[in-house]
Amino acid sequence: MKTNGGAALIKALELEGVDVIFGLPGGAILPVYDPIIDSPIRHILVRHEQGAGHMAEGYAHATGRPGVAMVTSGPAATNIITPLADAYMDSVPMVVITGQVGTAGIGTDAFQEVDTVGITRSVTKHHELVTNAADIPRIVREAFHIATTGRPGPVLIDIPKDLVDPTNPNSALDWYWPDSVDLAGYNPRLDGDPALIEDAARLINASQRPVLYAGGGILKARAAESLLALAELLDIPVVTTLMARGAVPDDHPLCLGMPGMHGNYTAVTAMQESDLLIALGSRFDDRVTGKIDAFASHAKIIHVDIDPAELGKVRRPDVGITGDCRLVIDELIKALKQLGAPENQPDRSSWKSTISGWQEKFPLSYVQSEPGDLLKPQFVLEQLRDNTPDDCIVASGVGQHQMWTAQYWKFQHPYTWINSGGLGTMGFAVPAAIGAKVGRPDRMVWAVDGDGCFQMTAQELVTAAAERIPVKIAILNNAYLGMVRQWQEMFYEERYSEVYLSPDLPDYKMWAEAMGCVGMRVESPEDVLPAIQRANEVDDRPVVIDFRTDASEKVFPMVPAGKSNSEIVVGPEGLR
Amino acid sequence: MSPATRHHILSVLVENKPGVLARVSGLFARRGFNIFSLAVAPTDDATRSRITIVVDVESAPLEQITKQLDKLINVLQIDELAPSDAVERELMIVTVTVTPESKPAVLLLTDEYSGAVLDEAGDRITVSLGGTPEALDAFTSQMGTAVVAYQRTGRIALPRITS
Repeated sequence: MKTNGGAALIKALELEGVDVIFGLPGGAILPVYDPIIDSPIRHILVRHEQGAGHMAEGYAHATGRPGVAMVTSGPAATNIITPLADAYMDSVPMVVITGQVGTAGIGTDAFQEVDTVGITRSVTKHHELVTNAADIPRIVREAFHIATTGRPGPVLIDIPKDLVDPTNPNSALDWYWPDSVDLAGYNPRLDGDPALIEDAARLINASQRPVLYAGGGILKARAAESLLALAELLDIPVVTTLMARGAVPDDHPLCLGMPGMHGNYTAVTAMQESDLLIALGSRFDDRVTGKIDAFASHAKIIHVDIDPAELGKVRRPDVGITGDCRLVIDELIKALKQLGAPENQPDRSSWKSTISGWQEKFPLSYVQSEPGDLLKPQFVLEQLRDNTPDDCIVASGVGQHQMWTAQYWKFQHPYTWINSGGLGTMGFAVPAAIGAKVGRPDRMVWAVDGDGCFQMTAQELVTAAAERIPVKIAILNNAYLGMVRQWQEMFYEERYSEVYLSPDLPDYKMWAEAMGCVGMRVESPEDVLPAIQRANEVDDRPVVIDFRTDASEKVFPMVPAGKSNSEIVVGPEGLR
Repeated sequence: MSPATRHHILSVLVENKPGVLARVSGLFARRGFNIFSLAVAPTDDATRSRITIVVDVESAPLEQITKQLDKLINVLQIDELAPSDAVERELMIVTVTVTPESKPAVLLLTDEYSGAVLDEAGDRITVSLGGTPEALDAFTSQMGTAVVAYQRTGRIALPRITS
């Protein structure tokens, strides 16, 4: 069948099962926007290309399916680089299609030309500049395969305009659809080496103080159930990193919650004092380890990751297993049982009582505000948490509000927490929440955002209002770039430099209303719950609540940057 | 530390496609790995190229370099060649100044190193030399200050044939 590159691209996306594209048209991608009119694929017209990328990420986080974004060349391509980098850091499956100037114009500094593949080289799992229209079906097939298998990640396809323009002979091709993908240089290993799995089982059997260190890879591998089975078989506690919140329910007795720079005392200290860390889909990020030389220095390491380059990148494992977390955990459970688990496990009652002692002594805490004072952000989060469904999806931006949400939310299900962990992208929350709601319209979706973050991507609420995507945004408005303020207070002798934003400029309620949303402002504790309840009832448009919170409130516990995790500061009283 | 222990040779078989060299070299830059020399050309199979990279293993553990390289979709195979397990060659062309008195010695030395005279005019002579990197180092060292300009290709290597 004779076809053209643009029609072939859309058909290929349909065959890949794409149900939604987040995008914004422009000159170079224009021909592809014509066949979209006749395609069953839903297109969501964003207001800024960065929004398209983060929506695709939010969609992918919530559904496990690859997010798809499509934008034009030049400035559109540069605008979507942040989401590409974000998805690369957090291993989010995503396919981004960018228009490019016509083949003859490449390299001539043509209008809206940038070297997109050059610019995105270090922030994509793979990228292709299409040079022949006949390659389009194959390249799309490969892109989805690469984005979703092995360690997931973003793949970029850059397509010159002449190859998709039906009026240009360069766009002509005979339609085909490859049966399979043939990539000689790409063969991710899924099954763990049985000998290494047995070594891991023996290390576990000999451990007195083990901790399961669950990272985002658990969620990517759909391994939450396997992880819980492993933890319960051995009665071993689990920490869930920022990228793995929800992998084990927070109310499960074995769940210690979040470790790291703003992790809770027990999670941080249990890792620090353990004699065996079983790292599953985690990458020893500096925000988890603190000063690396002082991290869990008595612990042996079992490290399971689908990306072999993660094994030994930061900390040399005693047993390093390349493989898919779900498959490896299932095999590990079998190996442990063969060796006699759970009956053969050593008595770890003193380790368990040590841990529960820490939990009792050092719970998360804050001091409720006096009547008439500004809201405590933690109070707002507790109210939100307790008055939304268990399976509510919560997205966040980056900063204090992100850490408080990760700390105070009680995650009951995997895939209910969406945030920017590795890149730390301010402005992630609003578009990511929109993408999540598009992917999971059956779920309630809240974004918890900071006032600084909100101002970076709020325009996408226009998209949400226009497309009737009823996300809900809770702005914890402390009138500051709060996390930077916290560092300046703690480490720069309270010399506040360029962190004040004002609570009233902009007027968030009016801004929300101008964007077609319901806007509310909440200043006192008794108004928090009614506002949340009212927001929960709105299902035909987005809602924005401007919660006025106390700027002096800081995120604790905290391990100061560069310090050992043993120097964790539990609360403000520990500062002086 | 001698160059031989700081350097390691990677023989990287890649797909012969546009952008592949940029991906490989970009990876080295992005991850902070230092390249000492690099040579690239198609193999006997025109759809494949071989990139021979001499890496500074002090800048990063070799294992991390190869693992990251292996993640590139267009990289097909990576062989780590310890200098003792590889045959290596490098090509050099060098221009030296000569006087009527010194010229016979230069020609003699070139001959000893199995080199060839490529060009000659006035008080200058350009010769080419292929050999091990150490041999080329030794030649240029013996030429001393007479060297006006020189260019080396970076080394190429293949594993030793083992019976």
